Amino acid sequence: MAQTTFRITRGDSAASSFKDYTTEITEGMVVLDAVHQIQAESAPDLACRWNCKAGKCGSCSAEINGKPRLMCMTRMDQLPAGETVTIEPMRAFPLIRDLVTDVSWNYEVKKRIKPFRPRKPDNPDGSWNMQQKDIDRVQEFRKCIECFLCQDVCHVLRDHHKHDEFVGPRFLVYAAALEMHPLDTEDRLKDLKDEHGIGYCNITKCCTKVCPEHITITDNAIIPLKERVVDEFYDPLTRLFRIFKPKT
Amino acid sequence: MNQYDTFEHDVLVIGAGGAGLRAAIEASSLGCKTAIVCKSLLGKAHTVMAEGGMAAAMANVDDRDSWKVHFADTMRGGQYLNNWRMAELHAKEAPARVRELEAWGAVFDRTTDGRILQRNFGGHRYPRLAHVGDRTGLEMIRTLQDHGVHAGIEIFMEMTIVDLLKDGDRVVGAIGYDRERGRFRVWHAKSVILATGGIGRAFSVTSNSWEYTGDGHALAYRAGADLMDMEFVQFHPTGMVWPPSVRGILVTEGVRGEGGVLRNKDGKRFMFDDIPDNYKSSTAKTEEEGWRYTQGDKSAQRPPELLTRDHVARCINREVKAGRGSPHGGVFLDIAWIKEKIPNSAEHIKKKLPSMYHQFNQLAGLDITTTPMEVGPTTHYVMGGVKVEGDTQMSTVPGLFAAGEVAAGLHGANRLGGNSLSDLVVFGKRAGEFAAKYAKENSAGRINPDQANEAMREALAPFDRPAAGGESPYGIQHDLQHVMQENVGIVRMEGEMQKALEGLQGFKKRAERATAQSHREFNPGWHTAIDLRNLLLVSEAVTISAIERKESRGAQFRDDYPTKSDECAKFNIVLRRGQDGSMQLRRQETRPLPDELKQIIEENK
Repeated sequence: MAQTTFRITRGDSAASSFKDYTTEITEGMVVLDAVHQIQAESAPDLACRWNCKAGKCGSCSAEINGKPRLMCMTRMDQLPAGETVTIEPMRAFPLIRDLVTDVSWNYEVKKRIKPFRPRKPDNPDGSWNMQQKDIDRVQEFRKCIECFLCQDVCHVLRDHHKHDEFVGPRFLVYAAALEMHPLDTEDRLKDLKDEHGIGYCNITKCCTKVCPEHITITDNAIIPLKERVVDEFYDPLTRLFRIFKPKT
Repeated sequence: MNQYDTFEHDVLVIGAGGAGLRAAIEASSLGCKTAIVCKSLLGKAHTVMAEGGMAAAMANVDDRDSWKVHFADTMRGGQYLNNWRMAELHAKEAPARVRELEAWGAVFDRTTDGRILQRNFGGHRYPRLAHVGDRTGLEMIRTLQDHGVHAGIEIFMEMTIVDLLKDGDRVVGAIGYDRERGRFRVWHAKSVILATGGIGRAFSVTSNSWEYTGDGHALAYRAGADLMDMEFVQFHPTGMVWPPSVRGILVTEGVRGEGGVLRNKDGKRFMFDDIPDNYKSSTAKTEEEGWRYTQGDKSAQRPPELLTRDHVARCINREVKAGRGSPHGGVFLDIAWIKEKIPNSAEHIKKKLPSMYHQFNQLAGLDITTTPMEVGPTTHYVMGGVKVEGDTQMSTVPGLFAAGEVAAGLHGANRLGGNSLSDLVVFGKRAGEFAAKYAKENSAGRINPDQANEAMREALAPFDRPAAGGESPYGIQHDLQHVMQENVGIVRMEGEMQKALEGLQGFKKRAERATAQSHREFNPGWHTAIDLRNLLLVSEAVTISAIERKESRGAQFRDDYPTKSDECAKFNIVLRRGQDGSMQLRRQETRPLPDELKQIIEENK
C-alpha cells in the first residue's frame, strides 16, 4: 500500500498539540500497528497503552478521525485511503501524555457500586443451578472489556463533566449485570437513583454505537434499570402498596 | 541522587493476572496488609486473553471424570517431567476454585440441568473445561478484580518492578517506578509473590502482549532463585498467520473442541497420519468417530486434532515445510464444514466461538462460518520458570514465592490447554496463603539503600548514554525476537542454538548502548530499554537449557535428537546465577513418584 500521514496528539495536560508522522502501510495493518511503527521509526517516546492487540483487553482506546475506537481493531483499509489519519486521546479523561489518559476515576467509581452478594448455594458442594436462558443477558454485559469508550462518548461526562454525579454507561452496565444476576440478592436501585445518577442518561445511545463488544448498553442495560428505578420509587401504585406492606 | 518513596506491606504481589489477584485476595483475607503492583491497568493482564476454559474435574458433563484422571492426563501431557505434587494438588483443588469463582460472581456457561458446562480440550480425556464462550479469561480476571477491590488490597497500577531487594538470603521487598511519572518507589514487604506471567516477547511470532518480557523469571534469577525447565516453551498450534500484522494472535483450541478440523492444501486431514503410540488407544480411528466425540458421544474417542499442543504444532510445521501448507504459510482450520452436520451452523458457531468470529471478521475480513481459517504455530506459554516447592509455592530464596506461568513444575514438558487458568487460581491461592504465613512468622527485614540506588542507576542508564552511537531499544528487541524465533523455535538444532547464543552476546553489548529520549513520563522507549535486560536473560536461559536437553520431549523438538531418551527422562534442568555472574546449569534428578500416584497413572494409561 502507500505512505500515510498520521496526525497524533503529543504533549501533556499542560500543553499538547498535533504532530505529523508518515509511515508505510502494508496489507492488513491496524492503526495500532502504525503507531508502533512510528514509535520504532521516529518517535520512540510516543506514549500509548496497549496489551492484547486482539480487541480483548480494552487498553488501546483512542479517538481515530474523531471517533472513539480501539486502535487494535481499526483496520487501515477501513479508513479513507490516502487521507491523513488523526489519532487523539479520549477526551472525557485528563491527559497524561500523548495518547494516554488518566482513567483512574473509573476504578474509583466501580468501588462505589455494591458488590455481588449471592443467595445461599443450592447444593451441598457450594454450587448453584442456573439455566442458560436466565444468564444470557448477564453474559452479554460481562463481555465488557472496560475500554471506557462508552464513558468517553457519553455527553454527560464528555461535555457536561458530571463525573461526580454520574457513573457513566460502563457502570450502569456493571450494575445491570449484578442486578440481573440470578444469584444476586443485593438491592442497588436506591444507589442508582441517588448516588449513580441514572437519571442523567437521556438514552441517546451513543455508548451503544461505540461499544467494540456490541453490547446493547442502552436498550438491554440502562433502560431496564431506569424502569426498575421508576417502578420502585415513582410508580404511585407501588408507593401506595409499600405503605401498607409489612416491613421485612 | 534519586529519591524514592517507601511503602510498607506484609505481602507484596507483583502482577495482577489471575494468579496475582487470587494470591492477593488470599493474603488479604488472612489479615495481611497486601499490595499488588502491576505493569498495566487493572484487568488488562494477559489472563484476559485466555479463551478456551479452565480445567477442573467436576464431572458435570461426563461422570467418569475425577481428579485422578485429570492428574494422569496432566502428567502424560507433561511427559512425566512435572512436579507430581503440583499436578496432584492442581487436579484435586481445581473444582473448588471454579466453584469459588462462581460464588464471587462469575457466570459460566450451563448444562441443560443448570450446572457448569464443561468442554473438550486437547489431552483431556473427558470434557473438563469450565468456560464462558471463548472469553473465559476475561470472566476470570473480571471476577477476581471485582472481588479483590472490595478485599482491602492496595493496588499500584502501571508500575514496573526493576529489582527485588534482599536482606542477606531473604527477599524483603522490591524497587520499581511508576510509568506515569517515572518516579521510583520501594515496597518493603515481609514476603513477595511473583505472578508476572511468561516470556513470549522473546520470540517474533507470539500470542503474548508487550508485558511478557520474563520480568518475574529475571527478577527471581537475579535474586539468586533457581529457574527450571526453561527449554520448554509452548508453541500453540493455531495462531493467525494472515494478514502479517496479526500474525501470532491466538485462535482458541476451542475451535477444534467444537468440531473444527485441520487440513492441508490438498484438503487432507493430516493429523490422522501421525498419532503418538501413547495416545493411539484414546484417538478416533475415523473422521466420523472424531466428530461424534466432539458432540459428546461417550463411546467415541477424540479426533487427532485434539492431541497435545506440542504434537499438533509439530505436525502443522511439518505440513508447511513439506510444501503442503496454505497460501500464507499455515494450514487450514475449518469449522465451517460442520454445516454438513448440523442445521443453523452459522448461528451455532457464533454462539460457541463469538470472539473468534469477531476476530477473523474484523482483522482478516474472513467469515469463519463459511470459510476455513489459515493458522500456524505461535509462541504461547513457557512451562519453565521459578522452581518452587509444590505445596507452598516458595522459591529457593526465602520469602520469595511464585505462582502461575512464572512458576515451573505443574506442566512439565508440555502444558495441556485449560490447565493454565486452573493453575492460576489453585496456586495463586496457595502462594497467597503461604506468603501470608511467612509474613506472620517473620519480622520485616532491612532495605539496603545501596541496592536501591544501584537499581535506580541501572534503570536510568538509557537516559545518560550519549545519543550519538546509541541504539534504539526497539531495534534490539526486534532483532532479538527474530534470532530466537529462527534458531530456538519450534524445531531446534544444536548448531542453530549455538548461533543464537552468539547472537545474544552481541545483543547484550547493543543493549548497553540502548538510549531513551526526552523525559521519564510515560515513555515507552525507556520502558523497552529496561525490558531488554529481562528478555536477554530469559532468552539465554531457554537456549542453554534447550542445548543441554539432547532429546525431543514435549514442547522441545530437536531435529538432531528426534526421539525421547530414557536418560533425559530422569532430570529437570535447573539454572542458577553463579558467583561470577554467569548462568550455571545443572541436571536435577526428578523425584520418584509415590506408589499411590504411580498406580493412578498406570490405571489411566
